[in-house]
Amino acid sequence: MNSIIKIESLSKKYKDAEMFSLNNVSLEINEGQIFGLLGPNGAGKTTLISMLCGLIKPTSGHFTINDLDYSHHSAKIKKIIGVVPQEYALYPTLTARENLHYFGSMYGLKGSYLKDKVIETLDLLGLLKFADKRIETFSGGMKRRVNLIAGILHNPKVLFLDEPTVGVDVQSKNAILDYLKVLNQNGTTIIYTSHHLAEAEDFCDTIAILDQGRIYAQGTPSTLIASVEEARNLEEVFISLTGKDFRDAI
Amino acid sequence: MLYKIWMSIVKEFLLLKRDLGGLIILFIMPLILVITVTIIQDSTFKTVSDNKIQILLVDNDKGSVSKTVFDNLQKNNAFDIVTQIDDQPITEEIAKENVYKGKFKLAIVIPKDLSVDLQAKVDQNVQNIVSKMGFTDSVAEPKTSKVLQQKEVKLYFDPAVQMSFKTSVMNAIDKMISQIETKSIYTTFQNQLGEENAQFDQKSFITFKEIIPRINNKEVLPNSVQHNVPAWTLFAIFFIVIPLSINIVKEKSQGTFVRLLTNPTSNLIIIIGKTITYLMICMIQFYMMVAVAIFLFPHIGLPSLNVEGHLFLMSVVALFSGFGAIGFGILLGTIASTQEQSAPFGATSVIILAAVGGVWVPVFAMPKIMQIIAKSSPMNWGLEAFYDVLLRNGSFVEIIPKISLLFLFFIITTSIALFYDKKKRTV
Repeated sequence: MNSIIKIESLSKKYKDAEMFSLNNVSLEINEGQIFGLLGPNGAGKTTLISMLCGLIKPTSGHFTINDLDYSHHSAKIKKIIGVVPQEYALYPTLTARENLHYFGSMYGLKGSYLKDKVIETLDLLGLLKFADKRIETFSGGMKRRVNLIAGILHNPKVLFLDEPTVGVDVQSKNAILDYLKVLNQNGTTIIYTSHHLAEAEDFCDTIAILDQGRIYAQGTPSTLIASVEEARNLEEVFISLTGKDFRDAI
Repeated sequence: MLYKIWMSIVKEFLLLKRDLGGLIILFIMPLILVITVTIIQDSTFKTVSDNKIQILLVDNDKGSVSKTVFDNLQKNNAFDIVTQIDDQPITEEIAKENVYKGKFKLAIVIPKDLSVDLQAKVDQNVQNIVSKMGFTDSVAEPKTSKVLQQKEVKLYFDPAVQMSFKTSVMNAIDKMISQIETKSIYTTFQNQLGEENAQFDQKSFITFKEIIPRINNKEVLPNSVQHNVPAWTLFAIFFIVIPLSINIVKEKSQGTFVRLLTNPTSNLIIIIGKTITYLMICMIQFYMMVAVAIFLFPHIGLPSLNVEGHLFLMSVVALFSGFGAIGFGILLGTIASTQEQSAPFGATSVIILAAVGGVWVPVFAMPKIMQIIAKSSPMNWGLEAFYDVLLRNGSFVEIIPKISLLFLFFIITTSIALFYDKKKRTV
């Protein structure tokens, strides 16, 4: 399989921070993979995704997406990636349809294609009858689904998802994950972060466990479980690699 | 790119449409502001006022001078002369007490024997002059040779009255007393020399007249509306800083701004979308205020705003003032992290810019250092451009320097905002 994301010695140290949030990380993600980035709070997951999306600049190292270097081809990269942030990045006083038309148009979509695409995805995620309701009236699960649609309207080649199922009910979680699997089957590479280890074990084909800005282990869920003695699931692998200490930091 | 800008404008309008509080701030409050301030300030421009200022007059003289002062004050429609309180004549002590307690704004105390002593003093002086000129045969004998002390008309002001009111009242009384003295001197000369030898024209030889600017051969007399509407319209335009900065802060806190940064859309397009939307709002605000000043003001006892031949250039000034305000709003919204920071800072800074820019107190009346600072206020550039067009009949060429400064201010503030945002993301 071809590598769609190549990360080489990527590091990030925030201004005035004592430690690196991401320390010399190298990684390759293959085209068509569902790649899970797991780790405790402050492990560096969001920092890594933020750099890959072009939101923050690395302190050192570099990466390519679809063989394009971000520093020279940011516009081209932005066209092929989709981002689903952790927060509901939607306008609460606009309707679902208005939000999606706006964000779709920012990807260059327009006219009947955009209109049809919005209707189709809203329908697939069970939201079509709420298309003209304001986001502020939606439940958490409904907002999460609209949040997802806003990131995939342009059929991205690579989709970054930062905890896409956090705080939603089982029905919404299943709808989101089922839809993501369909997208993946249609060729979208998915990079996903989560604290739900059981969900990640089922959903991802490859997982990297990050802690303190470093990758501690990488592989398929089954190989990771097999690599740790007496581990029966991913959670036990996770605890054995990252320990039981709290990661509280201010 | 054009489609993205169009969609950004549509989104901004939808957001505004759904924010009732924001709409009230944008459209209703400026109208209330311009109407209220113009009504209040209009009375200072008028010579006739329904609310006369009550003045206490303590007449210890009971002579011709006090009568002249009373008559002149009575003729002035701004004052209502009070000589009795509770049917009792007013003494100096009563007057002082009432004025210092703020019950009256002013008391005038005319000293005892002022008329008699003034006449005696004038007689003495005239007689001295006439005798030195060798007319002693024809003049009357001196009535008195006693030494006359200077007389003092006392004024008591309510401590709360403004210095400008005090100064104008004192000037008016000073002028009135000078006229009485001059008249006495002329009359005495006339009496001393005999009417057949001297006929004096007692009218002032030097008069002054204000030459009013003429536009299209018509005199254009500035009124409160011509002064106030541009000033307060500008103030309202700059208040757009508050909703605009809140809009930007909200986008950051909602996460929509982060989503937009991951889109293949330049930050500049988002700023252009906001600028066009808020410029349209500025222009709607401006035309609403002009319409109110033209059509509503005459119905509430105010002069109508005369925009004859000026509307186009006024619109140009409003447009560029809008650019200045929007640039400031974008910068504030980019730097502020919360609405609690942007809203109070926006409101306070607009008030400071207005004060410094000469919206309340004319720049020429400010201390030297403030006059220099005023020249760097975008509100001052806008106000001067409005006055150039509306009051000084200026042409487009004359307002170019001011509107260019406003546009430059927009470019600089927006560039700083873009640079700051980029810098922030390299943390």
